[in-house]
Amino acid sequence: MTAAAGETVLEVDDLRVSFPTDDGVVQAVRGVSYRLGRGEVLGVVGESGSGKSVMSLAVIGLLPGSARISGSARCCGEELLGASDKQLSRVRGRRISMIFQDPMTSLNPVYSIGYQIAEAIRAHHDVGREAALEQAVELLDLVRIPNPRERLRSYPHELSGGMRQRVVIAIAMANRPDVIIADEPTTALDVTVQAQVLEALDTAQQQIGAAMVLITHDLGVIAGHADRVLVMYAGKLVEAGTADDVFYAPRMPYTLGLLGSLPRLDAKTERLTPIGGAPPSAVNMPPGCPFTPRCPLAQQVCEREEPAAEPTTSPDHLAACHFSEQLEGREPAELFGAGWRDDVVVPGAEQREEAR
Amino acid sequence: MPERITEHAPAEREFTVAQRSQGQLVLRRFLRHRLAVISLVVLLAVVLLAFVGGALWRYDVATLTGDYSQPPSWGHPFGTDAVGHDSFAQVMRGTQISIGIAVLVAVFSTLIGTIWGATAGYYRGALDTVMMRISDLILTLPLLAVAAVLGHNVGGSWWLIALVIAGLYWAYVSRVARGVVLSLREKEFIEAAKALGAGDARIIFRHLIPNALGSIIVNATVLVAIAILLETALSFLGVGVRPPDTSLGLLVSSAQTAVSTRPWLFYLPGLFIIVIALTINFIGDGLRDAFDPQQTKVRE
Amino acid sequence: MIETASEPVNRDTHDPVLSVRNLVKHFPVRGGGLLRRRVGEVHAVCDVSFDIGSHETLGLVGESGCGKSTTARVLLNLLPATSGRVVYEGKDLTRLSRKAMQELRRELQIVFQDPFASLDPRLPVNEIVAEPLRIHGLYGTDGREQVRDLLRVVGLRPEHGNRFPHEFSGGQRQRIGVARALALRPKVLVLDEPVSALDVSIQAGVLNLLDELQEQFGLSYLFVSHDLSVVRHVADRIAVMYLGRIVETGRADDLFTAPAHPYTQGLISAIPLPDPRKERSRQRITITGDVPNPADPPSGCRFRTRCPKFAEQLTEGQRRRCIEEIPALVDRGQGHPAACHYAESTALL
Repeated sequence: MTAAAGETVLEVDDLRVSFPTDDGVVQAVRGVSYRLGRGEVLGVVGESGSGKSVMSLAVIGLLPGSARISGSARCCGEELLGASDKQLSRVRGRRISMIFQDPMTSLNPVYSIGYQIAEAIRAHHDVGREAALEQAVELLDLVRIPNPRERLRSYPHELSGGMRQRVVIAIAMANRPDVIIADEPTTALDVTVQAQVLEALDTAQQQIGAAMVLITHDLGVIAGHADRVLVMYAGKLVEAGTADDVFYAPRMPYTLGLLGSLPRLDAKTERLTPIGGAPPSAVNMPPGCPFTPRCPLAQQVCEREEPAAEPTTSPDHLAACHFSEQLEGREPAELFGAGWRDDVVVPGAEQREEAR
Repeated sequence: MPERITEHAPAEREFTVAQRSQGQLVLRRFLRHRLAVISLVVLLAVVLLAFVGGALWRYDVATLTGDYSQPPSWGHPFGTDAVGHDSFAQVMRGTQISIGIAVLVAVFSTLIGTIWGATAGYYRGALDTVMMRISDLILTLPLLAVAAVLGHNVGGSWWLIALVIAGLYWAYVSRVARGVVLSLREKEFIEAAKALGAGDARIIFRHLIPNALGSIIVNATVLVAIAILLETALSFLGVGVRPPDTSLGLLVSSAQTAVSTRPWLFYLPGLFIIVIALTINFIGDGLRDAFDPQQTKVRE
Repeated sequence: MIETASEPVNRDTHDPVLSVRNLVKHFPVRGGGLLRRRVGEVHAVCDVSFDIGSHETLGLVGESGCGKSTTARVLLNLLPATSGRVVYEGKDLTRLSRKAMQELRRELQIVFQDPFASLDPRLPVNEIVAEPLRIHGLYGTDGREQVRDLLRVVGLRPEHGNRFPHEFSGGQRQRIGVARALALRPKVLVLDEPVSALDVSIQAGVLNLLDELQEQFGLSYLFVSHDLSVVRHVADRIAVMYLGRIVETGRADDLFTAPAHPYTQGLISAIPLPDPRKERSRQRITITGDVPNPADPPSGCRFRTRCPKFAEQLTEGQRRRCIEEIPALVDRGQGHPAACHYAESTALL
């Protein structure tokens, strides 16, 4: 473990988030716990609806009032869940800051970017405008915006998408936070720009010494940037470990399936192995492991008992699967292969019928 | 090349989405709007009262009862006027006419306005410019004045009044329809229809108009309320419905001198005007909320 | 137009089903104000030529704004071409009458990117799939059965045909879009980012389906995508676009193992590999900056403003050539054509 030994800057414990809707209660996050060490990059992967974004919004206190949140999230020892707006605004931007997917939603179109960065600094530090602008120049330089001094007077609409996202990163870094939460920071950008922005984010994060939660659906981005990885499915943490653990020795069928369904740039794949079915509805989630209906390993026990995330190959490599040891050395194709997919009957369906 | 299609097993067997049709979703959201639901119930009650109650009532509009200027009583719930007409029969008749006008205006102005606006919005360019300038021209006319002149000339029949109002109101609907269609025509499903080889008529009538209908209905509802008030105003001014037939506007107008002495003659038809106009407005609100795409939950 | 004489991209396909020659598409840029005068032109597609062989998949890749989707739409005559030819079975589509084109749409179909926007929300799935049949008067007595077959073919349950699009997940909707496109038994299917809006686990299923359908119906695909990994998986040949021009083209494997154009090299380098060790130790060619304004593209080679080779390796004299002369899309000894004066193959993967 690269950074787990060090000081913990963010500690999330049994976080649960649900939203009441017409159709019932949507359980977006169902008991997630993790620790983030100083300077560590924690990658969070999951498909849409897996709860990865909601989890982070809950931590930073940006969910709508209708959300029911329980559990605990402590940033440098300070509890964030249930904190007052006043307390939160002292922490937000100062100790923990957020980068969203769309830079236009975080930048105010009527102010120059220099002003916006300076304001971010002055919100937490008692410095003059001139001094703040000086710091803004340094920050823009840090995220590799060319001619930072001239750029101060630019307005967001005058910048390209990649440049805007760099400005957002600069603002997030402005107060040298301990934790940065980046929610799909490059999803809206083209790949060549994404590569540049990710690099800028990396260097800035390292120079500031901040820890980062990097939320993305792109396993490639995770592979290149994360020290540790959390895999989320249906609001739960289903696997956690170092990047090597998760990519080379997955112990949860979902992770393995995800890797198998990816077309690869570096090798010609004849046939992909998709995961059949679709993620379960977050409303009225049935008991048991949420992956059961799509899982080739599923047994009766899977639909009765929800497996806890337990250590597998190493104490820090967790997987939530009753049969995680069966995955050792298995390839996605043999597990999710064509034979399984074309089965008309979902494995375990008969037993399930009987169980009823 | 009719090859026999081989079968692939359903790859995605599970439906995780609540199965509800668009109509059911709209209905659900409408039912949640309490004021709109109450309004709908009240309006239905008024309609029922006017048509069933009016038909069963022992007096007709023209019946002279021999009771003069009676205040409301069991025999005459709404009282009588100076000539001896039963006021309840009169108000019911007036309500029937108001509702009739509402329906006619709604149907005609929506029909013409939707087709006009959708055509303009779909084709854009010169045709759009010409069609919309015509709409604009009609919108610039002082409605009450034109309706008064036309109403004066076409005579006092209620449905002629309704057609005059519809002839002026469709331009509003066409504006709305065009706006909606302009945004809809950029949607991919319209492009998809074009790629399939669909003709313009098919695209307009099968794809654009059904999708635009929600917004159009909402706006039409509000117009209907205004139309009822316009008829009332015209009749009040003496250029709308004329005696021996009657309408709510006419009733209020003829009772204006009697407000202090026989208030029931003035306030009761007035109350019906307000109730009808308000309920339709609230129903319009409810429909707007129900159709509002921003309320449509997009599944993540 | 400056003469660049693009050659047919593929020489190994003997009888192309569809040929695109010197296709150009300009969009007018209008000023504000009352007259909305034409103040310029966006050169969305510039002198693009390629062939699609039968049973073949041509991948058209590039970043947003490179003109790949516009090319697809011009090719199907959904947008009028400014100049150039699209030849299908000896007919130039750009010159066909509206009626003749309508008829030909049976053979050329498209699947759109956004499965949420490309299906009419007011129609049940049966009707959506039946629409092409109805339009072309083919929905006869067996129409219902045809629709059921189509749904089965794309892996959906025919019983679900009465449901509305919003009741389906993204992957299922995309299958509905595929069923609709297949209804007329087309020969050429344009796939415009067909899996970009889908989650990976779902995307794989749709890609496999497309693969099976191609085999089953002998379809030719134009697969438009920004995702090189997906394109590598599906395409037999690939054309890379940048700012309206094809900069490199060739067999999929050649293009990935020995990319010759600096843009292709940069693009391949920029795509993260889902393999931590490889990803962290890769050799990379980095592209800097952003795509220039397509209304005012750079002279000569359009990529030179971001080109690492131009910035770091070329001499003054060589740079002048990049600025003055549009590089032709020809083979300069790399085994496949690249539009770079100084093309040079590099192994990056």
